[in-house]
Amino acid sequence: MSEILLRAEGITKRYGGILACDGVNIELRAGETHAVIGPNGAGKTTLLAQLGGEITPDVGRIHLGERDVTGLRAPERAALGLGRSFQITSVFREFTALQNVALAVQAHDGHSFRFWRKARTDAALVEPARAMLDRLGLAGRAAVPAALLSHGEQRQLELAMALATKPRVLLLDEPMAGMGASDSERMTRLLTTLKRESALLLVEHDMDAVFALADRITVMTYGRVIATGTPAEIRANQTVRDAYLGTDEAA
Amino acid sequence: MTALLLIEQTLNGLQLGVMLFLMAAGLTLVFGIMNMINLAHGSLYMVGAYCAALFLEWTGSFVLAALLALPATLLVGLVVEIVVLRTLYERDHLDQVLATFGLILFFNEAVHLVGGAEALYLDLPTFLKGQVEIIPGSPYPLYRLVVIAVGLAVALGLYLLVTRTRTGMLIRAGASNRAMLSALGVNVRLLFTAVFGLGAMLAGLGGVMAGPTVSVQSGMGENVLILAFVVIVIGGIGSIRGAFVAALLIGLIDTMGRAFMADIMGLVMSHAAAQTAGPTVASMLIYLLMAGVLFFRPQGLFPPRGR
Repeated sequence: MSEILLRAEGITKRYGGILACDGVNIELRAGETHAVIGPNGAGKTTLLAQLGGEITPDVGRIHLGERDVTGLRAPERAALGLGRSFQITSVFREFTALQNVALAVQAHDGHSFRFWRKARTDAALVEPARAMLDRLGLAGRAAVPAALLSHGEQRQLELAMALATKPRVLLLDEPMAGMGASDSERMTRLLTTLKRESALLLVEHDMDAVFALADRITVMTYGRVIATGTPAEIRANQTVRDAYLGTDEAA
Repeated sequence: MTALLLIEQTLNGLQLGVMLFLMAAGLTLVFGIMNMINLAHGSLYMVGAYCAALFLEWTGSFVLAALLALPATLLVGLVVEIVVLRTLYERDHLDQVLATFGLILFFNEAVHLVGGAEALYLDLPTFLKGQVEIIPGSPYPLYRLVVIAVGLAVALGLYLLVTRTRTGMLIRAGASNRAMLSALGVNVRLLFTAVFGLGAMLAGLGGVMAGPTVSVQSGMGENVLILAFVVIVIGGIGSIRGAFVAALLIGLIDTMGRAFMADIMGLVMSHAAAQTAGPTVASMLIYLLMAGVLFFRPQGLFPPRGR
């Protein structure tokens, strides 16, 4: 079995009387695409925020590779190879597409302390950024301010930014959110090509995409994991069908 | 005659404007990036002025005192950020207002202890005391021109830093979306400490430059703090460009209003009434402008896009 890149053990997060995450165990292996599904309010985004380091679990440990990262904040986890996209599109809207990716490249090798370098013309930033846009099919849109890109293009741009930090583990919060069918298919194809370089953990409501992409699926309801398994196992799981998938949707 | 007065008041307005910009630049970045209300920003202005006054006593050189006051204010700013403000970023605005109001009281007492209860005066060196005839026959104080020049130079430098450099790119990105910047691996806290230090130093520079034109005393930062808040609200919170435009606008409107409002109102009412009402209306002008901007463009004139 391949190496475990990300592992959460018994993580619990309480907001007042609500257990957003209740003793969640999840692991992500090298080369794997692991989808987390569940109804709204199941704690999926809270789980991702804990894995990403935006919030700290009340109980439980999170390991990135061999390293315990429970106490590390988001930028430190990012430096250890954790990439992230958000449910709400989080591109820098006033920057061009190219500048957005260049910023991500800069963030990744940000320890060079060349603070005064001209940002716009710096080949060390611009060239990898161009290559990344090219790869995600946004080469023609490099000079367009992110705010003027279509929703689908903004999601692609966000992915380009996450990839520019060369993550070993990529957390994606609803990458298909708000996309039409064709954009959604395009994104699915794109994510399939990423498998070789990054392990993907994605939260997604688009079941076609989930069953097309995922090697394993974890199902959450009310802050708990009710099942983990291959798509076939999840489809056949009676608890999951009762709790979430229903009979038609899984077909 | 009126033209001369107009030019003179324009220069005065510019001078007030660049001073306000020095204050507002730091304030707007702090508010914009960390969503933090820092009422103690005026205290840093006061600290700058006090440091300059004390260093002037010790060294006898105005230039040296001014140059020493900047790193001293930077240091005070960094200590304030690391010791107090860091604990407040996650708290709500009311907590931030209370805590930083506490800082104002602390600094006002602290300067009493260090500088004494009497106001201090920063004497200009002779080479800055002269008058310049920009227009023949109408002398204008050289020091005020120096203040305008330094202010504009700092504004230009800041503009280049923010728009052209890698650090500036991070600052703008931070003002636009802090969570995403963190997720990309940028230590936003460290970036912010640096930004705060820079803002503190600019406020200190404002205090140093204001020193010779006002009395250096406890509480001197409060008035300018309120004006700086007006500036950042009008300019758009988080925007350096907005802060610059709004600061000059406020400086000019406030100065012009005080100089000419009574005469303008004299055109439509009795001289005596205008002389009474003019100054009152003049001091309201900038708040009327702010109310107008808030009504028609609540996000300010140049909001950093993306929020």
